[in-house]
Amino acid sequence: MKYKFNTGKELIELCKKHNKKIYEIMLLREVENSEKSENDIFDLMKENLYVMKKAVKKGLEEDIKSVSGLVGGDAKKLKNRYEKDKTVSGGKMLKAVASAMAVLEVNASMGQVVAAPTAGSCGILPGVLITIGEEFNIAEDDLINALFTASAIGLIISLNATVSGAEGGCQAETGTASAMAAAAVVEILGGSPQEALHAAAMTLKNILGLVCDPIAGLVECPCVKRNAIGTANALISADMALAGIKSIIPFDEVVDAMYRVGKSLPVALRETALGGLAATPTGRSIMNEIFTK
Amino acid sequence: MKNYSAFEIIGPKMIGPSSSHTAGAARLGRIAGKIANYDIKKVKFILHGSFSKTYKGHGTDRALMAGILGMRESDEELKNSLKIAEEKGIDFEFIEDDLGEVHPNTVKFHIEKSNGEEIQLIGSSIGGGNIKIIEINGLRLEFTGQYPTIITRHLDYPGIIAKITKILAYYKINIAFMSVYRQDKGQDAFMVIETDNKLEPKLIEYMKNSIEDIKNIYLINSI
Repeated sequence: MKYKFNTGKELIELCKKHNKKIYEIMLLREVENSEKSENDIFDLMKENLYVMKKAVKKGLEEDIKSVSGLVGGDAKKLKNRYEKDKTVSGGKMLKAVASAMAVLEVNASMGQVVAAPTAGSCGILPGVLITIGEEFNIAEDDLINALFTASAIGLIISLNATVSGAEGGCQAETGTASAMAAAAVVEILGGSPQEALHAAAMTLKNILGLVCDPIAGLVECPCVKRNAIGTANALISADMALAGIKSIIPFDEVVDAMYRVGKSLPVALRETALGGLAATPTGRSIMNEIFTK
Repeated sequence: MKNYSAFEIIGPKMIGPSSSHTAGAARLGRIAGKIANYDIKKVKFILHGSFSKTYKGHGTDRALMAGILGMRESDEELKNSLKIAEEKGIDFEFIEDDLGEVHPNTVKFHIEKSNGEEIQLIGSSIGGGNIKIIEINGLRLEFTGQYPTIITRHLDYPGIIAKITKILAYYKINIAFMSVYRQDKGQDAFMVIETDNKLEPKLIEYMKNSIEDIKNIYLINSI
């Protein structure tokens, strides 16, 4: 297999050897593995982009309530603020954050989304990419390419660690989504493959150890807000990498550290709804309320 | 090392809220449904770990049932599956239990078909909607449904594997991965063959009819 890679190091070597970007290597790898044509694969990814766009729009414009009633409507609140007021963290940032929250709210209402890499973290990549796409006038094809960049990062983490909250905590889910988004933004804005990996590494480092403690076990609270903060994390790390800031610990070693941290988290903090916020008096009383309804 | 497609990382397109607890559960259900030929009179879902703790909130129960009825994880009807199953007269039950040293998101299916035949299947949802089946009728094995897959239940004796693979060779089916499992020498054995080519039900019928020591063949072209 000419375009096979299991680690960040191998990916960078392939990029150098063939003088290609990460998204090109990922696309060629997919062609090689699936025996589908480049066009067919590209069109499949385009469908994912469209589902993402639809979910962002729905969450920002419609009145959403989750099945349990716990979340919904926060994306719209934030949209109101960045459209009307002078904000603390900036309009572009908040637009991406609100978009990410919108997708998570659609997900919690049993609406259609694209897992990226999971449903619990499905807001970050569309929130980041669709906003950057609009703000920087990025062509649709380039946004689709960016999804291939993102999937290369997710692939390496899936191969060497985990993207499951039940196995590695929230750091594995939203951490991976943010790393994917950060690398994609770097590449879309002209950064090198190495800079994209620095962005991914910094993003994961920033969120190392984050537990998965959803109230009542639902992908609602704190997931919507953790997608918000994951979006900010991705954007800041992308800017750091584009400014030439490097991750002192290489990407592959950060992935390994994330996995080891995840493995050492107690079961109560890995999507079982037995610890953390889920085990607070309020968390427990919400759970009782939902399950006796 | 497992090989993921870009569409396993960004994907599946699905109904929320959880890729492992909703989409993965629907996929596990669909494999169970396919193995039972969607002929289900009774089904018990034994839920382990995070599945047992949080299934109500994630709609894992609705997703498992939707899958067993043949729905895809992106089907908007998924949330109504329990009602649909009731209307079809399927007898179902969800039980919280401990299945031992398995992945936290694991389910055991006890299926009874209309002819009384029973099928037991254990599978795990390993993250991002990806799954693996780890046990069929008490026998440990492993496959992911990522490739067209044939599972044979046959009598363990010299030459049986050659008979099966010869038919695949004749139909120009390339074998990607193959594993053989058995309980005891000369007794029931299972073979899992994952291929690069789509498999026609006709081929499976031919295999079943021409090799009499094959007791059962299950075919899963894709999940």
